[in-house]
Amino acid sequence: MKDYVLQLFVTGKTSRSQRAIDNIRRICSEHLGFDYKLTIVDVLESPQLAEDQKVLATPTLVKLMPPPVRRIVGDLSAADVVTAALDIRVENQEANP
Amino acid sequence: MNGGEVTKLETGIPGVDHIARGGLPRNRTTLVSGTAGSAKTVLAAQFLAEGILQYEQNGVFVTFEESIDDIRKNMLGFGWPIAQWESDGKWAFVDASPEPNEAMDVAGDFDLGALLARIEHAAKRIGAVRLSMDSLGAVFTQLRDSSIVRRELFRVAHSLRRLGLTSFLTAERTDEYGPIARFGVEEFVADNVVILRNILDDEKRRRTIEILKFRGTTHQKGEYPFTIVPNVGIVAIPLSAIELVQKSSDIRVTSGSVELDAMCSGGFFRDSIVLVSGATGTGKTLMATEFMKGGTDNGERSLLFAFEESREQLFRNASGWGIDYEDTERTGLLRVECNYPESAGLEDHLIRMKATIEEFRPNRVAVDSLSALERVSSNRGFREFIIGLTSFIKHQEIVGLFTSTTTTLMGGSSITEGHISTITDSIILLRYVETFGEMRRGLTVLKMRGSKHDKDIRELSIDNEGMHIKGPFRDVAGIISGNPHQVFRTESERLNGLFTSDES
Repeated sequence: MKDYVLQLFVTGKTSRSQRAIDNIRRICSEHLGFDYKLTIVDVLESPQLAEDQKVLATPTLVKLMPPPVRRIVGDLSAADVVTAALDIRVENQEANP
Repeated sequence: MNGGEVTKLETGIPGVDHIARGGLPRNRTTLVSGTAGSAKTVLAAQFLAEGILQYEQNGVFVTFEESIDDIRKNMLGFGWPIAQWESDGKWAFVDASPEPNEAMDVAGDFDLGALLARIEHAAKRIGAVRLSMDSLGAVFTQLRDSSIVRRELFRVAHSLRRLGLTSFLTAERTDEYGPIARFGVEEFVADNVVILRNILDDEKRRRTIEILKFRGTTHQKGEYPFTIVPNVGIVAIPLSAIELVQKSSDIRVTSGSVELDAMCSGGFFRDSIVLVSGATGTGKTLMATEFMKGGTDNGERSLLFAFEESREQLFRNASGWGIDYEDTERTGLLRVECNYPESAGLEDHLIRMKATIEEFRPNRVAVDSLSALERVSSNRGFREFIIGLTSFIKHQEIVGLFTSTTTTLMGGSSITEGHISTITDSIILLRYVETFGEMRRGLTVLKMRGSKHDKDIRELSIDNEGMHIKGPFRDVAGIISGNPHQVFRTESERLNGLFTSDES
């Protein structure tokens, strides 16, 4: 059982989609190690999944676990916004409790 | 369908297609802008509902604001079983309403690809022809970055055309007569713009719909009042858009009084509007009553809208003039509709009256009195009501008699007459005449379009058999101007001589 369950919704294989995939993978490997499960959903292939999750914009990262559910819209290039939203403790913060 | 002439898609919303000269531009997006509470969501939902009910066209509803549960519930009052339509595959929601307990962050550039994919998915699934999106402003508040949202909504609007959808997109505005919409929404869907207004006019709420522009095609210009009717939805009243195509006939019908018929060279025309104007107590209600009786006696279906008296009062008064309304109503020839003017807005009265006329199919209609209705409306609203009612009655080729109360006891005019006198075909004036310390009633036919008529001012008397028109007042002048005075025989002879000497 992984602590973090994430879904990333993208539209097709655009450069923006790829950028978002690269960004989330980098952030996860830097801060979460192997402690996460990331699914990538292409809304063009699975529009019903987007409907079920009420996804409006792409890319959208949905943090399903741990609660609360949280969404981050955009190509995830603003890493500080992503880590804050995912409630990931960044190392230098851990150094100063 | 791209390029070339713009064709229209009938919306099926009562009155709107008339104003839109046939409907919405097909395969295009039309922006509906309005302030809070201007019925944007109702219009958006009705567009889909009428498609399903009247044209077997399915529709997708995209909501950015209200939850789909709320929409299903709220629209039940209009008789639209949305949940049923959903399971029949006629209506599909794309739910983009915000989750109340979910935070959302924006980190970097994004697009609305997911929304588009969902719309396309829903539209293909049910074979949609129509789409409504309500409301665009909420996307801006959800996703915050205005410039990206604007760019992306433009792309969505453009893609809707590609999908062959005719769409209504709603947007909110802050002022009734200010910028078209918030967030500069009109910049990306500006081809077609409809504005809904909810104005406080002379202490009365007034809803109007205006088509600001339709690119490449025509529409009626200006604001048209509309109202929201339970079990129906929005009903627009395309007043000046009503064509004046009524045929005019030379068939005469009785006014209910032999003497008055004689004054009018044989009666009223079958498709004319007659205005009876007079101060309180001059016999207007009686004239309307006689008019009804004249109809039912000849086997005509007669309809009376009474706004001044209760049913009981009206029936009692009629029996005082020897007319049994109750008995006549039982024959099915007569219907008396009593309504308290304040019970509804003027637009609602108009719609109800039209519905009654359509249902009862009368040969003659009387309204007693227009002045009572004037109380519940602004001047402008009243004028529109009069135009709407007269043109509707004329279309049905029935004879109408309206009464109007003048504000002053002697002579004078009222606002009603200013609005109506040019629309009516005939005007009958009832006036008080003071002679030797006695109040008597006078009647004259002031105008009768397309016919000769008696120019005398005759005495009207009322007894328990109704009204009687007697001989002309000979020695009184200034009755119509509201300043009657005696003219002595010698003087009247002198005056007559004045004119005859002119002629010779």
